[in-house]
Amino acid sequence: MISLEGIHKHYTSDSRRLHVLKGVNLSIDDGEMVSIMGSSGSGKSTLLNILGLLDTYDQGAYQLGDTAISAGLSEVKAAQLRNRFIGFVFQSFNLLPFKSALENVALPLYYQKIGRKARNYRAEKLLDLVGLGERTKNMPNELSGGQKQRVAIARALITDPRMVLADEPTGALDSATTDDVMAVFKEVHRTGKTIVIVTHEHDIAEQTERLILLKDGQVER
Amino acid sequence: MWDMDRWQEIGHTLSRHKLRTGLTAFGVFWGIFMLVLLLGAGNSLKQGAIDRFSGNTNTLYIWIGSPTQYAYKGFAKGRRVDWNIDARDMLRKKLEGAQTVVEINELGGWQAEQYIVHGKRSGTFVARGTHPEVAINSGYAPIKGRFVNANDYAQKRKVAVLGVEVYKQIFEPNEDPVGQSIKIAGIHFMIIGVYQSVIASENSYRDDSRILIPNSTLRTAFNQTEYIGSLRIKPKNGVSAAEVEEQALTLLKEYYYVHPQDTTAFGYYNTEKNYMKVVALFNGLNAFSWFVALGTLLAGVIGVGNIMLIVVKEKTREIGLRKALGATRGSIVGLIIQEALVITALAGYIGLVTGVAVLELFAVLLIKFDIPGFGVPSIDFTTAILALVLLIISGLLATLLPAHKAAAVNPITALQDD
Ligand SMILES: Nc1ncnc2c1ncn2[C@@H]1O[C@H](COP(=O)(O)OP(=O)(O)O)[C@@H](O)[C@H]1O
Ligand SMILES: [Mg+2]
Repeated sequence: MISLEGIHKHYTSDSRRLHVLKGVNLSIDDGEMVSIMGSSGSGKSTLLNILGLLDTYDQGAYQLGDTAISAGLSEVKAAQLRNRFIGFVFQSFNLLPFKSALENVALPLYYQKIGRKARNYRAEKLLDLVGLGERTKNMPNELSGGQKQRVAIARALITDPRMVLADEPTGALDSATTDDVMAVFKEVHRTGKTIVIVTHEHDIAEQTERLILLKDGQVER
Repeated sequence: MWDMDRWQEIGHTLSRHKLRTGLTAFGVFWGIFMLVLLLGAGNSLKQGAIDRFSGNTNTLYIWIGSPTQYAYKGFAKGRRVDWNIDARDMLRKKLEGAQTVVEINELGGWQAEQYIVHGKRSGTFVARGTHPEVAINSGYAPIKGRFVNANDYAQKRKVAVLGVEVYKQIFEPNEDPVGQSIKIAGIHFMIIGVYQSVIASENSYRDDSRILIPNSTLRTAFNQTEYIGSLRIKPKNGVSAAEVEEQALTLLKEYYYVHPQDTTAFGYYNTEKNYMKVVALFNGLNAFSWFVALGTLLAGVIGVGNIMLIVVKEKTREIGLRKALGATRGSIVGLIIQEALVITALAGYIGLVTGVAVLELFAVLLIKFDIPGFGVPSIDFTTAILALVLLIISGLLATLLPAHKAAAVNPITALQDD
């Protein structure tokens, strides 16, 4: 289980202090698939970044499974935990353009110092899972938007993470492709992974088990 | 470091920006190349200059100069010092810094030419007295026969060694002069050898146009038993000629009642002074070479730093992504540093090799065309390694800032969709 209690987050820019998260309480069960909604600038990405250990929080408590994540988590420790427990999917895919689909998927295992053969073997299996078993050698610019996002999902899964965090994963896709990608997420969900999807589309939110609504820096429901 | 993936990454970045990489590498290449060439050329000139001393780098000569400048101890000023063989014997006894003190006479006075006859051929040359030990330090090498030895000297033998120019003038080509006799000022001498200056220089012709006979023979055969032309003093090992020069002049002035302040009664010259001047000149040249080359190198290395800054800026998103996927600062910094080192080390190495190759080529040409005044251009191994190490260290320094920037990339801002 993942739980946040009384999480506060401020941003200070141009000497103005912006209180983005004002005591967020939230818990997500293992294997749950949830969506986070909220108006633009309501702090959805901020919340996701804190969950994903890309950002620290100012106040509160964060429990990631057995691991208590302190507010002052070191960068090195965060990098290790991210690599082991969390998979990211971004709106703009963020594939490395000079690496093949297979190499992109395998990249996180490189940071676990896993050998190339083992990396590629697992990457192939995951590309199979997302329906791109035939596209392993393709470069990103040879793939469609939906295919790129599926490669990104495979990459997020390769370290066998505890949860997959996706920030508006279909924001750059048309509706047909969106359905494809959502189908993959559901498939992944069936394998027992926790999935958190930030979205502003109700269609997407409806396909998840639970909707978390962020408003005025707090979880409304 | 030896991780294939990393090398692949580096290969990618470098080959994706061939022109940029090439220009950057050229800066480094040029710096090292210039350093090698400048130092090599400097060494060549220095060696050329030092070779002219041909081991004679620390020798002192004293002769009688102008009339005295001061009245002293009952002697009026304007007197010409009248020295003789006692001066040599006195110095041999009292001059502590000297290893050898020998007198050198020339027949008929300094630089006076003698009429030399061999059969139907003849010419006028300077006949100079010499000593067995002079050969070792004078830069003359026998090309036929031998030089004057200790027995010749002790037994006052009437033997002569011809300078090669003398030989050419009074002998038929290919004629063997050794064992033949010549007449010097009416007296027969047997030729025991022909010598030539070891190093060709503007003085070679004059040096090779002399006839050398044992000084002991010269003094007795030509009635110069008391007279001496000049003194040639070799300091002991580790003693400087300047020091011995001062001691010798003091002793001589005392002995011949010359005022201590007199600067011209004795003429003197030591090769050490010149040698030191030459050494200092070339040390200066060497320092200048380093200065110029290091400047060039610095510019090259700054170029590398600059390029790496651009690389980091261009790769901000990539770096952010890698961090999100679990890359630590260390692995990011390592990648940047390794990339910069590959450029500097490779370009530097090529510069070094090319520079050495060009020097080798010059060496071959110098030898082939027998160009005087230059030694073989070369740089020593230590210097080369030093340059390379310097290059690598400065390459590392140049990467500090870009590497720091890379390490500081914040994945959130780097990955922000705008
Ligand atoms: N690094 C930052 N520095 C300053 N302000 C930020 C930063 N990141 C986000 N913000 C501000 O925090 C608020 C919430 O941002 P975000 O979490 O991205 O919202 P959402 O994803 O819901 O649109 C916004 O007003 C945004 O301008
Ligand atoms: Mg957002």
